[in-house]
Amino acid sequence: MSDGVSRRSFLKTAGASAAAASLAQVAQAAIAPPEAGVPATPTLGPDATDVTLSVNGKPMKLRVDPATTLLSALRMECDLTGAKEVCDRASCGACSVIIDGRLVASCMMLALDAEGTKITTVEGLAKGDELDPLQLAFVKHDALQCGYCTPGLVVACRALLDKNPKPSLSQIKSGLSGNICRCGTYTNIFNAVLEASGQKPIADSAPV
Amino acid sequence: MNRFTLVRPKSYADASGVLTSKTYSLPVLKAGGLDVLDHMKEALWSPDALVDVKRLMPAGQREPIATFTREVSWNGSTPQPNWSSDNGFVHVAASALLADVASSPQVLAAAPVVAQSLASAATPQVRNVGTVAGNLLQRPRCWYYRQQQFDCLKKGGSQCFAVEGENAYHAIFGPGPCHIVHPSNLAPALMVCDGRVHLVGGKRDSLKISELYHMPEKGITSEHNLEPGEIITHISFESRQVSGFYSIKHKQSFDWPLVFACVALAVDANKITHASVCAGAVAPVPWMLPSVAAALVGVSPDDDAAITAACAKAGEGAKPMRDNGYKVQLLSVAVKRAILVALKKPVPGQEEGNS
Repeated sequence: MSDGVSRRSFLKTAGASAAAASLAQVAQAAIAPPEAGVPATPTLGPDATDVTLSVNGKPMKLRVDPATTLLSALRMECDLTGAKEVCDRASCGACSVIIDGRLVASCMMLALDAEGTKITTVEGLAKGDELDPLQLAFVKHDALQCGYCTPGLVVACRALLDKNPKPSLSQIKSGLSGNICRCGTYTNIFNAVLEASGQKPIADSAPV
Repeated sequence: MNRFTLVRPKSYADASGVLTSKTYSLPVLKAGGLDVLDHMKEALWSPDALVDVKRLMPAGQREPIATFTREVSWNGSTPQPNWSSDNGFVHVAASALLADVASSPQVLAAAPVVAQSLASAATPQVRNVGTVAGNLLQRPRCWYYRQQQFDCLKKGGSQCFAVEGENAYHAIFGPGPCHIVHPSNLAPALMVCDGRVHLVGGKRDSLKISELYHMPEKGITSEHNLEPGEIITHISFESRQVSGFYSIKHKQSFDWPLVFACVALAVDANKITHASVCAGAVAPVPWMLPSVAAALVGVSPDDDAAITAACAKAGEGAKPMRDNGYKVQLLSVAVKRAILVALKKPVPGQEEGNS
């Protein structure tokens, strides 16, 4: 923003006073420490703990409590807001990220469980100003309408092509089965994947 | 989600110790975490500790999936395969990911029904995180159970809301009083492969998969027979090379199954000599269909009419609820198609992606 205050930093500041208020309540409800002598098992939390996540090739030092999801850590702590929270139950795919080459719903994974992995978000697909060929194909085939599912779908398509560079139409459908587009732009999405994998798009009028 | 401590035990024995010690008031085992986080987000559970077994492997097993020509003596016994001497055994770590088991060449060769059942479970995002034991022990998907505001039998309440309510997706077998369908795709597949779950933390080394679950009349608030502190370290099952899975869903690519069937056959001299048939999404436990299996024995794999007649017995004994009578007919179709999958014959509608 021109005045030097981004929307996100404003929201974070606004949230800070509310957080300070709730901190007092948490302190009152402090939980008794675990009894001594019982298993010397490593534990994290329940208070916030330091963690370093590798996101899009960069180490990100964060302080999160165990109940923080990876999605929440990415959006609120790393300022990477491409992954979206929609269903919050791993049912819609809007929060999809790639972890060690696997497509994952970041809303249903603890941030602490992502430590030691390589995380790729939609922000990590383009090389500088140069879009990923898949992103260009999304633009060319108008593979979105409202766009809310798009970051998750682009990531799901990338994960699919990384594993299977020339997927058949049924493999595309199966690979994207965890991503829902409420606007119903599936035909155009399938075409974008076909285009990005050097295959002939299906006719727009063809039933899918 | 509520505040909790994330406990990272170094072994299954340590994990079991944390579960049975009084250190935490409600410690809950977590592997992939999908079902646990679901319960916490719906405020069904508020554990003060999650005991993380995501990265653990059973003692002595280095790879998530291992095959053996003979059952190795993990528990002091060396059982023989039930069906034929050339059948092998497969061991899969409890923490193995569904996606890895579904695409494992070893599992696909030894027991296609197991790989297919997991390939059909949920979505790529879920299969990349969900584990084998998590699939077996996930809680039912009944929408009354899953909604905090319904104080149903399974949550210690006094009524099953499905009886008078929306029951299109509930059980057609079993007397109640709770009418869930068992949620696991894998459990019925293991039933037709004489699968076992291997345990630590209790008095038993292993349980048959058929002994892992109980009907609601034997206990409603839990579906399994594990003792407190008992943890599944791995599963094992026998090779069933002629086996198949077929699931019928509203949306074939991703949905909970309306009904599904798992079939394992042995074929000799163009006759079915052994058959094992188990249905899913029709009862509170994996539901064996012995009368279908009996009717298949002696039938030629090419005798379509006789196979169809055997499958028509699938709904015998069903007591549908108000809105789920359709499942009776659907079940015969699912069993028939699972047989076709097992026999590697063309399946109607298969091209539309029952993958």
